Amino acid sequence: MSSATDYYIPHEAKWPIVGSIALFLFFLGFASMLNGGNWIVMAVGAALLVFMMVRWFGDVIRESESGTYSPQVDVSFRMAMMWFIFSEVMFFGAFFGALFYARTFSLPWLSGFGEGGAAATNAVLWSGYDAVWPTNGPGELGGEYMAMGWFGLPLINTAILLLSGVTVTIAHHAIKEDNHKKMVRWLGATCALGFLFVFLQAVEYWEAYSHLNLKMGTGIYGSTFFMLTGFHGFHVTMGAVILLFVMLRGTKKHFSSTNHFAFEAAAWYWHFVDVVWLGLFIFVYIL
Amino acid sequence: MSAASAEHHDHDDHHGPAPGLTRWLYTTNHKDIGTLYLLFSLLMFFIGGGMALIIRAELFQPGLQLVDPLFFNSMTTMHALVMIFGVVMPAFVGLANWMIPMMIGAPDMALPRLNNWSFWIMPFAFTLLLSTLFMEGGGPAGGWTLYAPLSLQGGDSFAFVIFSIHFMGISSVMGSINIVATIFNMRAPGMTLMKMPLFVWTWLITAFLLIAVMPVLAGAVTMLLTDRFFDTSFFSAAGGGDPVMYQHIFWFFGHPEVYILILPAFGIVSSIIPTFARKPLFGYASMVYATASIAFLSFIVWAHHMFTVGMPLAGEMFFMFATMMISVPTGVKVFNWIATMWRGSMTFETPMLFAVGFLVMFTIGGLSGLMLAITPADIQYHDTYFVVAHFHYVLVPGAIYSIMAATYYWLPKWTGNMYDEKWGKIHFWVSTIFLNVLFFPMHFVGLAGMPRRIPDYSMQFADWNAVATIGAFGFGFSQLIFVYVVFKCMKGGEKATDEVWEGADGLEWTVPSPAPYHTFETPPPIR
Repeated sequence: MSSATDYYIPHEAKWPIVGSIALFLFFLGFASMLNGGNWIVMAVGAALLVFMMVRWFGDVIRESESGTYSPQVDVSFRMAMMWFIFSEVMFFGAFFGALFYARTFSLPWLSGFGEGGAAATNAVLWSGYDAVWPTNGPGELGGEYMAMGWFGLPLINTAILLLSGVTVTIAHHAIKEDNHKKMVRWLGATCALGFLFVFLQAVEYWEAYSHLNLKMGTGIYGSTFFMLTGFHGFHVTMGAVILLFVMLRGTKKHFSSTNHFAFEAAAWYWHFVDVVWLGLFIFVYIL
Repeated sequence: MSAASAEHHDHDDHHGPAPGLTRWLYTTNHKDIGTLYLLFSLLMFFIGGGMALIIRAELFQPGLQLVDPLFFNSMTTMHALVMIFGVVMPAFVGLANWMIPMMIGAPDMALPRLNNWSFWIMPFAFTLLLSTLFMEGGGPAGGWTLYAPLSLQGGDSFAFVIFSIHFMGISSVMGSINIVATIFNMRAPGMTLMKMPLFVWTWLITAFLLIAVMPVLAGAVTMLLTDRFFDTSFFSAAGGGDPVMYQHIFWFFGHPEVYILILPAFGIVSSIIPTFARKPLFGYASMVYATASIAFLSFIVWAHHMFTVGMPLAGEMFFMFATMMISVPTGVKVFNWIATMWRGSMTFETPMLFAVGFLVMFTIGGLSGLMLAITPADIQYHDTYFVVAHFHYVLVPGAIYSIMAATYYWLPKWTGNMYDEKWGKIHFWVSTIFLNVLFFPMHFVGLAGMPRRIPDYSMQFADWNAVATIGAFGFGFSQLIFVYVVFKCMKGGEKATDEVWEGADGLEWTVPSPAPYHTFETPPPIR
């Protein structure tokens, strides 16, 4: 509940409508491109979206630095970020759900196990198919392939992300002690680890496509592998970019021990991608 | 941050609305945004309604006479998408925008700029969606549920439809985050959770459902997109996937979505009935707990949409019993509303008529839902007009009637003028008669086996289909009365008092009518 005298209503905003136009152009261009058109409209939309975010966040930072916001606004921001992360958890839940469903239900059924017509379906349609994970399905879509092992790059990436969780926590303790230099240094390390992770993930994808013949079209294994790791990689990239901007703001001494919501939001987000990776490492790579 | 806040607590340079079009484009005011949502919803109501009339006109007689089957199918698909995402959800968000800050004594929504964006996405998302009707291969025609593999076989419209759903999802999630933050963070001192009006409670729970399931829908349609364009095989058995998996993921979104479309309606009716019965709501706490129970149960009943798809028997049994359990908290609500009216000194102004109409006809829809929940019976009813009758009874005299009731109830507070009571009552009675002429016969043809989503049918269904079509046109055109009453009220009329209704209770009735542009500059006292 709010306290007595701290109500705050922001100015009118012209950035939301710009954001809507940007998203509209992006989606319109993307869909046209999928139907065989060019990428120009999509690129214009994406550029406008970035421009909008820079200006909108710029306004918010300026207002925050001029002391415009009340403690109540700070709490609203925190709640919004927490619920946004919850929505992201549910987004990943859909893809994890697909993975579990395929492995627990559809693959055994295709192999002839289960009540009803499963055995007959297997005998008539996919005779001789016996699913062993990883699989590209009874149609052997994508042809011969090799699975991505967990030892090697994925294990190194796990270590990198776990380490980045430690460095971001050290940076958090630094800002709580108003130590800007230390915060910037450790945030820099976190960003570097984040971008290193993305780079290694790209190397892993290159490896999969060029050496293992593991592609998005490699049946349900390739589908779930690239969908989950791909969206995760995208989120890591976003998280690392956010941390980078927080670090740049840190060099301008924007934060203090009592006022560093942007830092905490970025850190929560970072821990979220970290946890998703642990789920991925266990369920996509190891099991 | 806190040190500087004292001299900055009022930042608006002006206290009235900005002049001209930019007021609406740039506004951060919850009332302006609420109005935009409601007007957008009204426009979409007629677009979606027009599609329904095309469907009913084709079904007036057996045989194919007016439209070709592909266009008919895209009409059923688009009618559903427009009515769900373009009418009912934006109308509820509009009502939330207008009423929640006033009901909890807040100055505005917690995140007003995000609020603006949540609305201004909608016209763009629907431009994207509706434009598909003019594309090569026509609009989406595989049903609003976009089941794979049928939906993957559409024309150029496919990617546009998927992205328009992503687009609307962004709007819904941002809007819901805003509502949750508003309710948790912006209540006036003393407005404890269990003092909140039920409309606020039901919206809090609805917002939670939206944040939880809209991303799941986004994930489901993203997998459709990659299955079509990027070689994945989530929904293809040849690759080890399963088309039924799409249905599971879709309905994990889809069933909570059903409650997203009705829980705010429960809140509205819980506000209106006590006012016109002149008694406090019976069983407030049980209403809150019933709402929460329904929300919880909504996550574990999704597969009752898929009883005929081929599931293990244990699954069918679980989903049947879990579904039937929903009738317990829903029954609590219905009995509480009846108990609220019991021995009240009731009057029947238009909002109350719509609320009582809701109570009676929503219950009919609830009971046919109970019939559909019974797995062995559902195998007979599945994909017949009985299902169409069921969900139209819960959505039209349920969700839509609650929105009409809310509009009549709060219109004097919004405009400062009383609406035309005579024409409001005419609107109710004409709508209610035609609505039952429209939807009730669907029970009969459905039980007799008429399948849904087919532009033709066999001769024995002809009479009741003709009746339903007459009802449809009567219901559709009687909504013009609603438009007339609303716009007449916006232009003028008898001045409304602050309290408006004799038995009304709640913070919104303590402020002037029309409510000032900024309602509460300082927190109001809470009893």
